[in-house]
Amino acid sequence: MERKELKVSAIKNGTVIDHLPSVAVFQVIRMLALDQSQDPLYSGINMESKKYGNKGIIKVENRYFKPQEVNKIALLAPKATMIEIKDFEVIRKSELEIPDTVGRVVKCINPKCITNNQEVPTRFKVIDKEQKEELKLHCIYCEKNTPKSHIEFI
Amino acid sequence: MKNKSLISINDYSMDELTTLLDRAEDFEKDPVQPLLKDHVIASLFFEPSTRTRLSFESAINRLSGRIVGFTDASSSSVKKGESLKDTILTVSNYSDLIVMRHPLDGAARWASEVTDIPIINAGDGANQHPTQCLLDLYSIRKTQGSLDNLHVVFVGDLKYGRTVHSLVIAMTMFNTTFHLVSPTALKVPSAVKRYIKDKGLTYHQYTDLEEVIPQADICYMTRIQRERFADPMEYERVKNSYVLNRKMIEPSKENFKVLHPLPRVNEIHEDVDSSPKAYYFQQARNGVYVRQALLTTILGV
Repeated sequence: MERKELKVSAIKNGTVIDHLPSVAVFQVIRMLALDQSQDPLYSGINMESKKYGNKGIIKVENRYFKPQEVNKIALLAPKATMIEIKDFEVIRKSELEIPDTVGRVVKCINPKCITNNQEVPTRFKVIDKEQKEELKLHCIYCEKNTPKSHIEFI
Repeated sequence: MKNKSLISINDYSMDELTTLLDRAEDFEKDPVQPLLKDHVIASLFFEPSTRTRLSFESAINRLSGRIVGFTDASSSSVKKGESLKDTILTVSNYSDLIVMRHPLDGAARWASEVTDIPIINAGDGANQHPTQCLLDLYSIRKTQGSLDNLHVVFVGDLKYGRTVHSLVIAMTMFNTTFHLVSPTALKVPSAVKRYIKDKGLTYHQYTDLEEVIPQADICYMTRIQRERFADPMEYERVKNSYVLNRKMIEPSKENFKVLHPLPRVNEIHEDVDSSPKAYYFQQARNGVYVRQALLTTILGV
């Protein structure tokens, strides 16, 4: 009997984010409001991966991400791969890296921080990247740390 | 250091701190020098503070500088809803340097980013109070002859006390051994302990004050505030365990000194005041000299 397999089609123009942790798939979609867009979006979770055992994937047509958006994704899925496609050809493939600094996209955990009370864009230094401890964002203004589990995107 | 804002004690290197403390010694010998006679200093107190403000005003006056500003946000445009950025940009046109105290954490750093004139942080919420730290360092160096290799005891509210955090962080530059005495609920936060660990230094934590006195060079006392306790019974239970009295300091070393950022409530019994080991009022006087040193160094005069 012929084995039938559902294959997600290749995209013509757009971006593939591969090797996401499955839990990060919906977080990334929500965070970047990909579900609000009119362009086709394919996503998968709990897929087999030689590298990680279990992975998620997102493919978005007609969309390329700005560095600021890439930074956001890297915080949620530090080991993901981003593949940019034009005319069915891969034009760029990059491993995401957790940035050293994050700005504007994350809220500071400290309610008394100036950034939560006046029109001040947030800026953080990323610390504890090495995963020995939980990753934290160190606010350059109030000097408090926001742990990864408490990250709230703006 | 000319034109360099002081927002957080870690902004200055060990060498820069040493230079400032040396300069403060000169002002202690000769406090009245007209070095700022051509300067206007803005003193913006968005939140009231008596001690720090008077100390700055005294320092500026002894240097013949002029002061503009406000002592309370309710008497300023802030009350009308002006943003900090606008206030700072406006006042920058009127002055050569801004001294500011603000109730929000991070306000001083933000101010230093919006203006080209130097900012001295006189306290931003619960975050930093670097000039207090400078005068603490000055007082320790003056009484011990050096900042190196000391045993420093910190007592009281080590969780919320910003003066404690700044001083602990600064002292990690000088191979200090830390003795941290507090109720369990008010221990030094892990972010601060991390500075000690990163430098490979040692700290010991205690809940009992008396056992640590004999080995100490400096005892830095702080106030325990009732509102820090969720359970008032807990406050009642611990409040008297961290009161220093004359008898307790009897077994201390010859060079031992008691420091306190003030205001004191009851955590140092008044019978300590007459002891040669009490240093908290001289400590407050040192605040004027270090502020003179800081103002003149930043303004390059």
